Amino acid sequence: MCTLEKRGDLFHLTLTGDDEHRFHPDTITSVLSLLEQAKSQSTKGSVLITTGHGKFFSNGFDLAWAQSAGLGAIERMHQMVKSFKPVLAALLDLPMPTIAALNGHAAASGLMFALSHDYVFMRKDRGVLYMSEVDIGLPVPDYFSALVVAKVGSGIARRELLLSGKKLKGEEAVALGIVDSAAHDSAEGVVEATVSLGESLAAKKWNGEVYASIRRSLYPELCRMLELTANNLATHNH
Amino acid sequence: MCSLEKRGRLFILKLTGDGEHRLNPTLLDSLRSTINQIRPDPSSSQSVLITTSDGKFFSNGYDLALAETNPSLSVLMDSKLRSLVADLISLPMPTIAAVTGHASAAGCILAMSHDYVLMRRDRGFLYMSELDIELKVPAWFMALIRVKIGSPAARRDVMLTAAKVTAEMGVEMGIVDSAYDSAAETVEAAVRLGEEIIQRGGDGHVYGKMRETLLREVLVHTIGEDESGSSVMRNTGSKL
Repeated sequence: MCTLEKRGDLFHLTLTGDDEHRFHPDTITSVLSLLEQAKSQSTKGSVLITTGHGKFFSNGFDLAWAQSAGLGAIERMHQMVKSFKPVLAALLDLPMPTIAALNGHAAASGLMFALSHDYVFMRKDRGVLYMSEVDIGLPVPDYFSALVVAKVGSGIARRELLLSGKKLKGEEAVALGIVDSAAHDSAEGVVEATVSLGESLAAKKWNGEVYASIRRSLYPELCRMLELTANNLATHNH
Repeated sequence: MCSLEKRGRLFILKLTGDGEHRLNPTLLDSLRSTINQIRPDPSSSQSVLITTSDGKFFSNGYDLALAETNPSLSVLMDSKLRSLVADLISLPMPTIAAVTGHASAAGCILAMSHDYVLMRRDRGFLYMSELDIELKVPAWFMALIRVKIGSPAARRDVMLTAAKVTAEMGVEMGIVDSAYDSAAETVEAAVRLGEEIIQRGGDGHVYGKMRETLLREVLVHTIGEDESGSSVMRNTGSKL
């Protein structure tokens, strides 16, 4: 489902398996616990790189699981939307720089997961960003919109992302300012580039608590919605 | 500390001397009282303020050495800079920062508090150093950063990589309006721009009011808001 590996300064969080890496209560719990683990093991210079295997980074919530409950579907959807919030909060609060290396498609909550990282790299040749909600008739949770507003600056880009139902390829995503890079023609290439960035960030040996505090203060509205205090006084043990 | 020159209808405020122009209480008081001299000047509603500096630094930020000797001074410095920036934001005339040297942390905030930022390209950088020196960033600094830097990626680069932003980088990021080949050229360009603005005419008082609404989010923080105590806080054994 997902794994956490430490290689030198870099934590590698990987969504494993060849499936769509949909967010389901179990995956949400796993990801949360791995993020907790990374946080507890973090030191100066730690960096997180998140990636996936196969065609998908993540295709969003497990709608099939919700629908299989028949009349209970709406309740299950609410449950997933509610329990996913702490995942984004954990990323916004993580005491280290975070990089998403998109191996493939990122849709809906899967795209939100990606955008919650400080840096987002995607493939040039494959993979799209897709906010599917407008097409499948699902409302977008308020904290999703807050994340888009926080991370995507232009009104046009926000419209393209949230309202157009477009499947955005790498180059377009870069042009719209949604991702940082779409320069590589393979998943390996993207991961390599993120490792390279990760290593240069790690070399700064920044204090993770200070980093997280400054990050939160960049997105006060989003942090309010995720119930994170923007600009907490950092606590240190040194 | 600082000097004020009137050139035609332009006011040129200069941080004088070859030092780092650290924003200690004395310099901040001096800057504030100088700017307050400009306000009642009869020509002020048809003027422009240019702020520049001598030497290698525009300003290297708060006087952190002073803050270490007496932590209450860091609260004082932050409060005085807030008042100064509030004054700049309400000033009834356009403001131009002619950045001819390094501007770090609070010094960078001071530069960015001006309507136009002109900078030399051959030397010097804008540097929000707090991440590197483990210094807390006051919430009102972040309000200014959010208002003045439009791109989320640029904000991230400035705050979360502690980027040393040269004039060219600054122009690309939308933080700096234009870049020049030397300190002298930067100041000359600021004077030219100031004169163009004056030529255009317009009422400085209306301008000042409009700027206040544009930078409302910053003003809300600067006019004695939430920040209690330690706005300038050294987090741990410093790298400074």
